[in-house]
Amino acid sequence: MENIRVRTMADYLANGEKPEILFWVGCAGSFDDRAKKITKAIVKILNKVEMSFAVLGTEESCTGDPAKRAGHEFLFQMQAMNNITVLNGYEVQKIVTGCPHCFNTLKNEYPALGGNYEVIHHTQLIDELIKTGRLKVEGGSFKGKKITFHDPCYLGRANNEYEAPREVIAKLDAELVEMKRSKANGFCCGAGGAQMFKEAEPGDREVNIDRSEEALELNPNIIAAGCPFCNTMMTDGVKHFNKEGEVKVLDVAELIAQAADL
Amino acid sequence: MHFGIQNILFIIALGATGFFAFKKFSSIIRNIQRGKSLDRNNNFGQRINTLVRVALGQSKMVTRPIAGVMHIFVYVGFVVINLEILEIITDGILGTHRAFNFLGPIYNILINSFEILAVLVILGCVVFLARRNVVKLKRLNMKELLGWPRNDANIILTIEILLMSAFLTMNAADWYLSTQMNEWPHIIKNFHIEHYAHSGVQKEAFLISPWLSGWMPNNLTYVMYIERFCWWFHIIGVFGFILYLPNSKHLHILFSFPNVFYSNLEEKGKFTNLESVTNEVKAMFDPSFVPPTDGTPGRFGAKDVEDLTWKQLLDAYTCTECGRCTSSCPANQTGKLLSPRKIMMDTRDRLEEIGKGIDKDGNDFKDEKSLLHDYISPEELWACTSCNACVQACPVNIDPLSIIIDLRRYLVMEESAPPSALANVFANIENNGAPWQFSPVDRLNWATED
Repeated sequence: MENIRVRTMADYLANGEKPEILFWVGCAGSFDDRAKKITKAIVKILNKVEMSFAVLGTEESCTGDPAKRAGHEFLFQMQAMNNITVLNGYEVQKIVTGCPHCFNTLKNEYPALGGNYEVIHHTQLIDELIKTGRLKVEGGSFKGKKITFHDPCYLGRANNEYEAPREVIAKLDAELVEMKRSKANGFCCGAGGAQMFKEAEPGDREVNIDRSEEALELNPNIIAAGCPFCNTMMTDGVKHFNKEGEVKVLDVAELIAQAADL
Repeated sequence: MHFGIQNILFIIALGATGFFAFKKFSSIIRNIQRGKSLDRNNNFGQRINTLVRVALGQSKMVTRPIAGVMHIFVYVGFVVINLEILEIITDGILGTHRAFNFLGPIYNILINSFEILAVLVILGCVVFLARRNVVKLKRLNMKELLGWPRNDANIILTIEILLMSAFLTMNAADWYLSTQMNEWPHIIKNFHIEHYAHSGVQKEAFLISPWLSGWMPNNLTYVMYIERFCWWFHIIGVFGFILYLPNSKHLHILFSFPNVFYSNLEEKGKFTNLESVTNEVKAMFDPSFVPPTDGTPGRFGAKDVEDLTWKQLLDAYTCTECGRCTSSCPANQTGKLLSPRKIMMDTRDRLEEIGKGIDKDGNDFKDEKSLLHDYISPEELWACTSCNACVQACPVNIDPLSIIIDLRRYLVMEESAPPSALANVFANIENNGAPWQFSPVDRLNWATED
């Protein structure tokens, strides 16, 4: 078994301690087999820098993001108020999320319902850890590799964070190549707005095929993502073009965990 | 020129234009005010900053360089040449000729810049017409533009070319007359057109139009008629343009400024919080909670335009149907039915329909139609990925996504009609705290499994 150390908020409380930060894992990060690997990569990084962090564990529940995007405001607010009760009960102040959707919802939509926290996305945390010298990254293993970053809509356009993931990738000694549609003009992977959980409406092609094709045109070795849903969509797209042998879809956290040999 | 019949006609035309424009614009403002209230008077400084950058500075236009630069020609031309309209109105009322000529060298600079801009406006409009009708750019030839919207665009561009041509021809005739004064003194005297000579228009005041003067007839009387015709054509064209605007996509030339000023300044990912729902949820959590009882309990979400906010309705009137939203929409670009531009056009069309009903039947007007279903179908709404590409792409900060979400809210919360897959997701979130059917007790399993 991999050696990761994870403690819950309840555990901290029982010992009369308070963690530096709460890691909000999210539903994908908790249940989806592919996304769990991203979760572990984030934990490995947190362990490596010996940051005291906690998860909510079984006390965590869906932020309500898919409900809100799908128009079910009622369900969203029920979820939000339940989560806020838990978070405020633990006097949580700072949260890092493994998913841009949780990030956006917690950061922007919880305050109106009484949940006020400093919320950051995991790529922002990693960027900060590198910049403050807490995390040292040797990018040797990525030397000569070509990486393109797919902007998650809810990190990029929705919250104007385009640089943190790119600055992290820049530490890898790899070549960062940009797709034609990137940053503010980034093209969605097709999963947002609760599309992840339903069949696409009738059309000519799937959104993720369009986007993956654009990424593959750059002949990258790695398509970097910052969202578990983008990851799924891009992975499926790469498979559609039978390129899964040559092109890996990896989260920024996984790249860093690999580079730091964690 | 002296005050005469022409000036009486002019004053009548000016008054009539003012009257009808006031009437039409009042009804548009009344329509917009049917939207729900929304406070957008905060952050004055940031709003002015956005106005300067996005509206005055056209910062989002130039992300597409060809259209962006051509648009700046037409935009600057429109704004600056309107100074000339002031002179025309002054001349029209007082019977003067080039009343602002007293400005001397400044006048020359102004006229020169008008002339250069007029040529650039014509260039811009020709390029725009070509993009629509010759190159047939995809986003300018999509199905929601068939019929009136497409004609509207071509009419506006043609009018602008004609107005600018009339302006240049008028200057050419004027210039030609002023150069001929000394050679034909008797004609000048006989026809009482001394003012052309006295206008003192210096040659150098006209940079472009002298090129056109070669086409002027030898008979100075005809040249004078040409000058008068172009003067009248130009100003009547402008009056017609003002009256045409309220029915046209071209209304953006006025509305984009307030629309950008009242932009959403929050992060794009932050969707509105529905207070009506918050009250219900709070009452469920705490039975002693008493919701504020001001006003009637509204609908959850939007079924019709009157369920939208005034800003969403202003958005609809501001939309100039450029289609940058649609051409960056992942759903539309992969062949789905959704087009954010159509969402805005439908909103305006429906609001106009209600407005006309109110004009006829008064405030009690009711019909059987609604924005949702009669104009916008659930299939369009469910194709949206909420990626904000449309909001980002709009050069005048229109927010089609907020309307899509408000309509979805009505579909889900009032009609209980989400797609079945999403109904399952809702049930899962409610029962398991996750969109998938996993048990909440397994939520931390990842930490201990391989």
